[in-house]
Amino acid sequence: MKFSEAWLRTWVDPELDAAGLAHVLTMGGLEVEALSPSAPPFDQVVVGQVLSVEKHPQADRLNCLMVDVGTAEPLPIVCGAPNVAVGMKAPCALVGAVLPGGLAIRAARVRGIESQGMMCSARELGLSEESEGLLVLGAQAPVGQSVRAWLDLDDQQFTLKLTPNRADCLSLRGVAREVAALTRCPLQLPDFASKASNPEFGARVVRIEASDGCARYGGRRIRLERPDQPTPDWMVRRLERAGLRAKALVVDVTNYVMLELGQPLHAFADAALTGNLSVRWAREGESLTVLSGQTLALTGDLLVVADETGPQALAGLMGGQHSAVSAQTRDIFLEAAWFSPVALAGRARRLGLASEAAFRFERGVDASLTLEALERATQLLLDCAGGEAGPVLDLVHPEKLPQRLPVRVRSNRVRRLLGFEVAADTMRQILTRLGVCLEGDGEDWTATAPTWRVDLEREVDYVEEIARCVGYDQIPMQVPKAPLRALHLPERQRSRQAVAQRLQARGFQEVITYSFVSAEGERHLAMQPSPLELINPLSQDLAVLRSTLSVGLMETLGFNLKRKQEQVRIFEWGRCFLPAPDADGLCAQPLRLGGLWYGTRFPEQWGIKSEPADFFDLKGVVEELLPPGASFVSIQHPALHPGRSAEVRWNGQSIGWVGELHPRLGPAYDLSRMPLLFELEWAPLALEAWPEYRPTPRFQPVRRDLALVVEKDVPATAVLDALRSAAPENVDSVLLFDVYQGAGVEEGKKSLAFCVKIQDTERSSTEGELEQICQELIRIAEHRFGAVLR
Amino acid sequence: MQVLMSLQEEALALFARLDSPHALEEAKARYLGKTGVLTERLKGLGALPHEERKSAGAAINQVKGVLEKALQQRREALVLAQQERELRASALDVTLPGRLHGRGATHPVTRTLERIETLFRSLGFEVAEGPEVESDDYNFTALNIPADHPARAMHDTFYLAPGVVLRTHTSPVQVRYLESHALPVRIIAPGRVFRCDSDVTHTPMFHQVEGLWVAEEGVSLAALKGLLSEFMRHFFEQEELPTRFRPSFFPFTEPSAEMDIGCVICQGNGCRVCSHTGWLEVLGCGLVHPNVLEPLGIDSERYVGLAFGLGVERLAMIRYGVDDLRTFYENDLRFLKHFQ
Repeated sequence: MKFSEAWLRTWVDPELDAAGLAHVLTMGGLEVEALSPSAPPFDQVVVGQVLSVEKHPQADRLNCLMVDVGTAEPLPIVCGAPNVAVGMKAPCALVGAVLPGGLAIRAARVRGIESQGMMCSARELGLSEESEGLLVLGAQAPVGQSVRAWLDLDDQQFTLKLTPNRADCLSLRGVAREVAALTRCPLQLPDFASKASNPEFGARVVRIEASDGCARYGGRRIRLERPDQPTPDWMVRRLERAGLRAKALVVDVTNYVMLELGQPLHAFADAALTGNLSVRWAREGESLTVLSGQTLALTGDLLVVADETGPQALAGLMGGQHSAVSAQTRDIFLEAAWFSPVALAGRARRLGLASEAAFRFERGVDASLTLEALERATQLLLDCAGGEAGPVLDLVHPEKLPQRLPVRVRSNRVRRLLGFEVAADTMRQILTRLGVCLEGDGEDWTATAPTWRVDLEREVDYVEEIARCVGYDQIPMQVPKAPLRALHLPERQRSRQAVAQRLQARGFQEVITYSFVSAEGERHLAMQPSPLELINPLSQDLAVLRSTLSVGLMETLGFNLKRKQEQVRIFEWGRCFLPAPDADGLCAQPLRLGGLWYGTRFPEQWGIKSEPADFFDLKGVVEELLPPGASFVSIQHPALHPGRSAEVRWNGQSIGWVGELHPRLGPAYDLSRMPLLFELEWAPLALEAWPEYRPTPRFQPVRRDLALVVEKDVPATAVLDALRSAAPENVDSVLLFDVYQGAGVEEGKKSLAFCVKIQDTERSSTEGELEQICQELIRIAEHRFGAVLR
Repeated sequence: MQVLMSLQEEALALFARLDSPHALEEAKARYLGKTGVLTERLKGLGALPHEERKSAGAAINQVKGVLEKALQQRREALVLAQQERELRASALDVTLPGRLHGRGATHPVTRTLERIETLFRSLGFEVAEGPEVESDDYNFTALNIPADHPARAMHDTFYLAPGVVLRTHTSPVQVRYLESHALPVRIIAPGRVFRCDSDVTHTPMFHQVEGLWVAEEGVSLAALKGLLSEFMRHFFEQEELPTRFRPSFFPFTEPSAEMDIGCVICQGNGCRVCSHTGWLEVLGCGLVHPNVLEPLGIDSERYVGLAFGLGVERLAMIRYGVDDLRTFYENDLRFLKHFQ
């Protein structure tokens, strides 16, 4: 909502400057987003009237003027404006004036001719970006008067950032009421004199067929004598400072009254209407070409004003082109109606129509305004253009109008919610100033909101009114009090920070990428690419929900490789989205931890040979994050190298994977070396292992190493697991400490070296016992995997 | 005796001069060996008269003891010196950098989130979470934003299907938490939120922290002011941080407020960051609307709730002086490493 300060001050004029007024409004809940002057600073520019124009003897494009600026002698001024003419009035900068941009006006000779001032265009005064020729001032402009005063240029434009509940402040009168209530300055109502109507004008018959959408419809015919009269300057100025461009008289008056009172109006060209009007829902198959030029196919949820030939306007939204009013239209039918917010909600947005009227109706217009607005518009139109008006039509469905139910307001309740003492009398005064009707004495009242405050529905709404009029800054800051209560801190739960710190210690940087990614990224990297698509994505790059963190990690890799990073180690923690429905019927949205390692094992440095990181580097990182009992098996994942990728299993289920990017995807990401990636479900990672106490042995362990030769493709872990499960109680550990292929080991085979330690807690173990155990383990390895002792 | 003493002097001087173990052992032989000077003297004792023999022998043995001790000390000194020379030869350039694994950092948004969480936990708030793909019901309707409410236009919502949205705020967690927990509750709910809006000052994804406190006692507008001012003062570590509350509107709170803090960049004098107002808008808050509590079966006469929602990126930008919101989601490692 934008408006001119000067206009506001005709309604209410508190003793505050513009900045002070802005502060009051902001602290009262009507945030002033901007306060901008109507014109940049300049002075000594007055209304000048051109008395004579003669060609400059030395220059084709220049004229020599004599200009009356209200002084005894007219001023000689050389001027190059193309539109200069005898008798016109235009701004004249006097000698000594400084114009915006710093141009100082001095007495001078222009190509030999004396010039004592400068005639100005709107651009030269900083009033517009562009202008052609001098700014033409109306015939009424008093010669010699300051142009600032005549054009009201010391005015300021207020821009309010209104919250959706304050529909009542979408008009000058609404803002003025607020200012009056907040500053206790009296409200001065401008004089709206009704014009006599001519009962001989046949009233147009209107039927409300959709009373759910239209509970009140007012209208009248008006015949204008001179419809092509220009809109008065003062009205143009107020419209412009409210952000509306002046067009033609009738449209300007309807807009003006809407701004002034808050009631949207629509004017039809009466002659374009056929027969009776009806307000009804549109029928399937109907269409309408609206004022903005679009032809819309109408649907049953759009309210229209139709004549006997079909829809002529989208009710409360935009008029139709067929019945549009032009500067030549003498007979108009002026409509002032109350359309319900529900009937209009979302329609303008859906149809892509920017409509000041719809903006107001959606938020709620005062239903008692229609007649007043009709009278006001009639008065303005007839004053400007002459003519006469027909009788006023007023159809009402009172049961469909918003009901103002009385609400109980208890001063104790107000105090409890505010948390501090306010006198009941103060509360009463505040509510009364806001136009609320209070019944009852003492501490509690029955309150009825004024018709314009559609937002006051419950007691809490009145609590806010009292709070904001007392002033939020008057509410004391209270130290919050609550009973002491220990927070839930489960020891078996590992925090995200704890896991992140491990990764950071291993050189991994946390990143945060968007939850939505490109369908292409998903196609490349997802296990099963069937991503959830957004209905209204911002762009193709952000069109689907990620089912894997890899998409964002790979994009981050690409971004950083373009910036010459050579080693990239990153991780992200966040939700992925899978089509399977969850308990709420939405979609599965598991939290996951994903990481990527690209480039060398170590950052570039003097003491370590630069080597690329490999599968086992990342697997080692992953293993340190996993809960006890997790295992790895090879998998087939479409985005991963078939021989260098593993599924992570825990408790009999898959909890993620680790692997090298499939080289097939190299070209898509412009990579010649493949990064390593992992992704793990968060839930199992968040389990902290519970410490299991066992007495520390007093005796030394006994160790024996076994080298077993097996076929090359026997998984080492399978052998290790078999040995571990076969080992008796007193075997403390079985460790794999070497894998060897080459000289001394038959082609196609590999040697696995294990170290077996036995450790009794109650007695010292012997070499003999160990020998016996190892024989048994060798036998099992031989039996299960065909292993041979090397 | 004179002779013996000068012999001792001479030997000790010799030992001290010698700097190789080999030469030292030769010198030992010269004095203490089988044919050494002292040995010969001992052998010569027999020629002395009986009464002198004892004292002369004792004198020789004393000198022998002195020399043996000196020899031993000298040997150890030579070994140490040798070792010292060898260690010197293997000295490193200790100014060279150590073997580095590199270290990663927390993303600034996470870092800010963690700071917010820590502060609110210290005030007795539990941390709760909710889904990011959310139903229209939880995201809007249950928060007193019915279909076609103009407030929905304030949220540029991403839709997955009719009735299924990417949550536009963390407020739905309020409803979910109240549905499943007994009163009183005191929680914060941090997380990602989404709006289909992208320009210099908007990213389509950002983070909020929702706060909710519902109790029979202690909750009021005055307590809300106190709580949030306490938080902001500690978040920015400025005891005297000015705060300001302005009336505002959120469908799920009434009364509602916006909270401003005195600009921490210009100390309220006016700068580009605060648009020369001296104030920075940091969060929205209010008392929970009875229309939110009552459908959950909560007696809004007995219980009062306060709620707030703060923008994490906004706080991170102010705190760390980051001037472009979009930087957070480019994940340029050169930017992120500053947060180590």
